Amino acid sequence: MFNHLLSLLIWLPVAGAIPVLLAGSARPNLARWLSLLVAVLTFVVSLFLLGQYDPSGAAMQLVESHLWIASWGVHYGLAVDGISVALIVMTTFVGILVVAGAWEVIQDKPHQYMAAMLILEGLLIGVFCATDALLFYALFEAILIPMFILIGIWGGPRRVYATLKFFIYTFFGSVFMLIALLYLYQKAHTFDLATLAALPLTFKEQAWIFFAFLIAFAIKVPMVPVHTWLPDAHVEAPTGGSVVLAAVMLKVGTYGMLRFILPIVPDAGAHFAWLVIVLSLIAIVYIGYVALVQEDMKKLVAYSSVAHMGFVTLGIFIAFMLVREQGHTDMALLGMQGAMVQMISHGFVSGAMFTCIGVMYDRTHTRLIKDYGGVINVMPWFGFFYVLFAMANCGLPGTSGFVGEFMVILSSFSASPWIALFAAFTLIIGAGYTLWLVKRVLWGEITNPHVAEMKEINARETFVLGAFAAAVLALGIWPQPLVHLMDGSVAQLVQQLAIHKI
Amino acid sequence: MPTLNDILILLPEFYLVAAACLLLLLDAFMKPAQRPLLHWISIAVLLVAIYLVVAGQPPQAVTAFGGMFVRDDVAEILKAFALGTTAMVFVYARPYLIERKLLGGEFYTLMIFAVLGIMLLVSAGNLVTVYLGLELLSLSSYALVALNRDAKLPPEAAIKYFVLGALASGMLLYGMSMVYGASGMGGTPTLDLAQLHNVMSYTTAPTLLLFGLVFMIVGIGFKLGAAPFHMWIPDVYQGAPTPVTTFIASGSKLAAFGMAYRLLDAGMGDLSQHWQLMLAVLAVASLAIGNLVAIVQTNLKRMLAYSTISHMGYLLLGLSAAGPEGYAAAMFYAICYALMGVAAFGVMLAMTRAGFECEEIADLKGLNQRSPWMAFLMLLAMFSLAGVPPLFGFWAKVLVLEAAIHANMLWLAIVGIVFAIIGLYYYLYVVKVMYFDKPEEGGASQAQPDQPLRVVLSLNAMSLLALGLYWGPLLAWCRRAFGL
Repeated sequence: MFNHLLSLLIWLPVAGAIPVLLAGSARPNLARWLSLLVAVLTFVVSLFLLGQYDPSGAAMQLVESHLWIASWGVHYGLAVDGISVALIVMTTFVGILVVAGAWEVIQDKPHQYMAAMLILEGLLIGVFCATDALLFYALFEAILIPMFILIGIWGGPRRVYATLKFFIYTFFGSVFMLIALLYLYQKAHTFDLATLAALPLTFKEQAWIFFAFLIAFAIKVPMVPVHTWLPDAHVEAPTGGSVVLAAVMLKVGTYGMLRFILPIVPDAGAHFAWLVIVLSLIAIVYIGYVALVQEDMKKLVAYSSVAHMGFVTLGIFIAFMLVREQGHTDMALLGMQGAMVQMISHGFVSGAMFTCIGVMYDRTHTRLIKDYGGVINVMPWFGFFYVLFAMANCGLPGTSGFVGEFMVILSSFSASPWIALFAAFTLIIGAGYTLWLVKRVLWGEITNPHVAEMKEINARETFVLGAFAAAVLALGIWPQPLVHLMDGSVAQLVQQLAIHKI
Repeated sequence: MPTLNDILILLPEFYLVAAACLLLLLDAFMKPAQRPLLHWISIAVLLVAIYLVVAGQPPQAVTAFGGMFVRDDVAEILKAFALGTTAMVFVYARPYLIERKLLGGEFYTLMIFAVLGIMLLVSAGNLVTVYLGLELLSLSSYALVALNRDAKLPPEAAIKYFVLGALASGMLLYGMSMVYGASGMGGTPTLDLAQLHNVMSYTTAPTLLLFGLVFMIVGIGFKLGAAPFHMWIPDVYQGAPTPVTTFIASGSKLAAFGMAYRLLDAGMGDLSQHWQLMLAVLAVASLAIGNLVAIVQTNLKRMLAYSTISHMGYLLLGLSAAGPEGYAAAMFYAICYALMGVAAFGVMLAMTRAGFECEEIADLKGLNQRSPWMAFLMLLAMFSLAGVPPLFGFWAKVLVLEAAIHANMLWLAIVGIVFAIIGLYYYLYVVKVMYFDKPEEGGASQAQPDQPLRVVLSLNAMSLLALGLYWGPLLAWCRRAFGL
């Protein structure tokens, strides 16, 4: 049992989806309770994982490795480091809230919705602990199937366009990664990530492989200019789909960068770090402005996600600059840690923002900002949560949004004050679009009649929003446990950056 | 004189001949009311044949009738799967045949003769055996396509198939005669594939040999349905009764792979540097035409026909790698495609009812509302055809891509993967229609659930998932067949 903790985490939700499906549309409540049970159990197991994990060691832990495909030497290899543990716990946490959040909202085939969510959760956990490149790739792609179904069945009016775009766009990126992996297999005769990390490669090879990986992960993150699928997918997805997409799925992209680009092609990574840094800054500044003019709340938050993920990619690639060019290992460490904290924090904040929009949408069936105004008058408790998450979204100290951004800006300052200057723009733009959103939606007089009919959040919604709020505040006030959890692993990654492989 | 040993080696084939003849007699003398029994007898016949193939597997490759017939692992695997998929076709076909009053001896006997053709073809050790097997398969298939002779489309499709097929057979025969001639220039003329292997080293007419090779590749290309020899595929797929289409899309493709392997590797292996590029060109053309034209199809059978063309492109990717690795990957692909094709057409067969052919993609609208299980099975088949992990089709694609990269044809692998992205669209479109659209009056649903069909089809589609999760043994099996 202890040796198979990670397998249990992956397969529990996937297998749990089967009884949920069998419950059928005839017994929707049974399906709901069953899926909640599975989600809670998975969360409990992930807490157990948190207890089992020893943050003092940098090596991968809880290793599981079985020969999967003998003639290719492919292993069913699972292991975790601090970063994976943090992401897994976040995934299972969000998993519960997504199931609870969909409770009465999804009336059409709830059993299929819940089953798709659980399968998605299991696959995402698998991505975060795969140590074999082929296994990682298979899970990375398999995620698309449940998400495709989720957006397509339960999405908004333009759901078919959005979901096809989402699927084909992300598939497009990842296939080049597959070619790169097959190329690496020719050289190393294995897909084991640790072996691939030690494989010497010429600069030319590294450059090609770097771009193959970058396309795959940049689309997933998403980075400018390949972010255009995200606003569509977010706007059309059901609330739960948006939450998982923003909170967990985007992290798969940055996580992939950590596992593939950093260790396997560090020299090309260092050489092209400027490119990623420039793209990240464009995401932070330009996409921030784009968010400012959005009329659809979901689109606004979607664009703000792109901007926030820009901080993660900035933090990761600024480390290259700091280590390779300036030798500031401690500053690189800070930037990388900031990126990791930002990943987790963005998961909670964006998930919470989308949940809030979902709560309003369920009452009025509109997402346009102009249809609201004065919501605080009818939903004071909801207003409280909404303002809290908005503050976290613009990075107010005391919320989780502040910690990561601050660390990344600090470390980029030592790389170059100019980078820090542009990165710091987010403090103004982020505050601009978020506060303006709050102003137009929450404050003021009630001008629209349907706003006056909105009902205060019920106990279930309060629970979901409260859980998000607790996480956001906990990370904001006391980020130390999270930083400590990932410390050893981040240090290890920064060390790998410095190794020349040519 | 054939010895007893020769006959024992061909036991499964002799058995099938006897069984098919017996079925014909039974059909003639049976009372009409007992005719449905033929269905179960035919399935039993095929299952026994599988047993004979698998149980009688020799420890290493053996030949019979002076090298005319080869019984090795490659042949055994292809035969087992061809027989198995044909048995599946029988199960899926029953409701369709009953409703269209086609259930009778002709269908079963012709199918068994076609399978016999496949078995000869994949075991061929001689140009004559290749031709014999091919013609047995083709002639039975022509007749099968025209089985529903009162309808409008089938006879048309059969004539097209026959004319083009005859042309391709002629090309193949012409090529064979040139190869035979070339082998006689500077040595003893031979038709034996194993002896043809080193003709290139001694022949005084290498140009003639190469010409022969080109013509033979035309024949292979036609049989595979690779572009630019693909013209017959859409019309035949659409026009033929769906069970026959299913057979052409599954067993027939295994045969085409077997034929290509026998002719190209055993016979023309020395010329691999020449045919490698030809196959690569065929592969690129098939990938492009198949995937691009499939996008605009509204008829599901035509769409799957173009999808077959593109899949043959992937199979050729593996073959053009020209080495045991590539062959193993291509065989894996052929098996995978046969299973996926049977599953996809099987769902269509399950949906047909009296007076209703499930043919248009629009017929599947909202299938998830009416028959969620059938929709799910089709979803598995579609994602597998599209090559999305964790389904079987994905791994088959990975294997052929790896084989291409291994053979230093990275460009070909990149072309393959780019077309995989394009091809994704039309498979997703089917899923979209089934899951995201509202059902319409008169659309497809499983009207009369035929229990055996339902069970076998479920197993078939779930095997795409199961093999996707654990494909190691099958791959090891394929690789062992090619001595890896």
